[in-house]
Amino acid sequence: MIEVRQLAKRFGQVAALRDISFAARDGRVTGLLGPNGAGKSTCLRILYTAIQADSGSATIDGHDCTLEPLAVRRCLGVLPHATGLYPNLTARENVRYYGELHGLAGEPLERGIEALVARLDLADIADRPAHGLSQGQRIKVALARALVHNPRNVILDEPTNGLDVMAIRTLRDLIRGLRDEGCCVLLSSHVMQEIGALCDDLVIIGKGRVVLQGSPDEVRTATGCDNLEEAFVQLSQTEQVA
Amino acid sequence: MRSPVLVVAAKEIRENLRDRRTLFSALIFGPLFGPILFALMMTLTLDRAVSNLDTPLELAVSGQAIAPNLIRFLEENGTTIKPAPDTLADAQSAVRAGEIDLALVIPERYAERLQQGQPAPLELVWDSSNSQVAKHAARARGLLDAYGRQLAAVRLQVRGISPVTILPIDVRTVDVSTPASRSVLVLGMMTYLILFATLMGGLYLAIDATAGERERGSLEALLTLPVERGSLIGGKILATCVFMTLSLALTVTAFTVSLRWVPLETLGMSSNFGVLVALAVLGVTLPFVPLGAALMTVIASFTRSYKEAQTWVALVLLIPTLPILVASLYSLKENAWLMSLPSLSQHLLITQLLRGDSLSAGNIAISAGASLVLGGLLVALAVRLYRREALLG
Repeated sequence: MIEVRQLAKRFGQVAALRDISFAARDGRVTGLLGPNGAGKSTCLRILYTAIQADSGSATIDGHDCTLEPLAVRRCLGVLPHATGLYPNLTARENVRYYGELHGLAGEPLERGIEALVARLDLADIADRPAHGLSQGQRIKVALARALVHNPRNVILDEPTNGLDVMAIRTLRDLIRGLRDEGCCVLLSSHVMQEIGALCDDLVIIGKGRVVLQGSPDEVRTATGCDNLEEAFVQLSQTEQVA
Repeated sequence: MRSPVLVVAAKEIRENLRDRRTLFSALIFGPLFGPILFALMMTLTLDRAVSNLDTPLELAVSGQAIAPNLIRFLEENGTTIKPAPDTLADAQSAVRAGEIDLALVIPERYAERLQQGQPAPLELVWDSSNSQVAKHAARARGLLDAYGRQLAAVRLQVRGISPVTILPIDVRTVDVSTPASRSVLVLGMMTYLILFATLMGGLYLAIDATAGERERGSLEALLTLPVERGSLIGGKILATCVFMTLSLALTVTAFTVSLRWVPLETLGMSSNFGVLVALAVLGVTLPFVPLGAALMTVIASFTRSYKEAQTWVALVLLIPTLPILVASLYSLKENAWLMSLPSLSQHLLITQLLRGDSLSAGNIAISAGASLVLGGLLVALAVRLYRREALLG
């Protein structure tokens, strides 16, 4: 369960976030949607405690992101915007390193890695150095790395960037699987179709504010558009006028 | 559960053992560059010094017929006489042009003045800006002086006076340098090569762990793990220390081996570099390792890219030269105050070891303590830098 209340963050003169409030519930996939520069990544970075908010609060499973960053990180799996694998380690070693830093070791860790290798279809590349992997393979390894400690909350920053159709399908299945296990999944995207197909709840942000939130159907109704992409374009434009 | 510091250090070591550039600089370039360069330089210097002593003095002489006795004296004392231009002006221009190194011009009036019992003129022409010739000029000068003394003694004896009369004082120089202490002058730069190789061993790791990790985009994901940032940077510094220690040990070993091939004894030197001295050198240098690792990490943390980090950290390699330079310019003697300056204290201690002196326990403790304390402060600074938000860039 992720809760965000009146979050604000400035970088020098630029107000990245002005007022963001939303909740992402367990057993649901919540999509954070907005054009480039709307503040999606800043918001996620505050949630995974890489940076701190200027005001407002963010909690994950009741742990405050500013006050208890370690507790937050323990119940969180993150796929940041840059996947950043270690090129000289194999896929499996990359995943194992994160497991060890989560305090896992020995047989349970190896079993967990094996399960993820099977689930993400990584068997062919698991023992190859990361520098030889394709973009899609890298994202899958980074995802395995994020899930190695079985987190209850998962944050994915633009997970489908650079993936081909097959990889996107695998990813979708995985995200649905996580949801069905009762995880809280929060993902960001600027691609409409993806969000519509996957998300149970939508939070649309523009210029650092929440423009609209609700289920995909509610968003369609509120904007009077059948098509989510139309709704998105319309909302972005309203925000720009306002 | 293993401490996160150890997990991070183990991963950095494993990853860098697979990186050719890191391996090359830590295990090959650093440790071998110094000893090989050193052995080569020493061998060349020795060859030259030894060959200079053996070769006869070559002297171009004009007006040889005027002073046959002088010529015979010179030849008896190992001088090869060659013809020279007749006039002083011609001899000067020949020396200036580098055609001859050393010319002795015997003027016409030499014989006449000698017969009259007046000082007989001789012109020794050489170029003092040519360092190669200075030794020869001094030898020629010494021979001419000896010939003069010989003539003076004969004249006094003819007059019934003992030649000792004109030797009111008799100065003898006593050189107390031992073979080992003489070689210290030359071996002094070895300290720098050792510290250089030690830093070189950790250079790429220190950059990779900070600027490199940020540039690859792996830092952000790493910071989402439930590990204190202090532990992350601690592990990275620890891994850097391990590589530096490896490099240091290899360098000292390479020196121990390579100095056996250098014929130091021909110059009356001994390298005094046995296994025990090698271990002692390793011991007094070890406290410098964490200091160097933390210093490179701190500098790399300030930079924005791998390239920038490389530029700045490479400058660190020059830092240990400064105190060593000052030390050799002022020929500093070890004392407690100097022992508190890292790199200088290591230099002084290693020099003492090479000289064959015993080290004082107090000096070792101050040197190690000061280096470790400063290293600790720099580690604390690195941890602080790693906690900044701006770290992510």
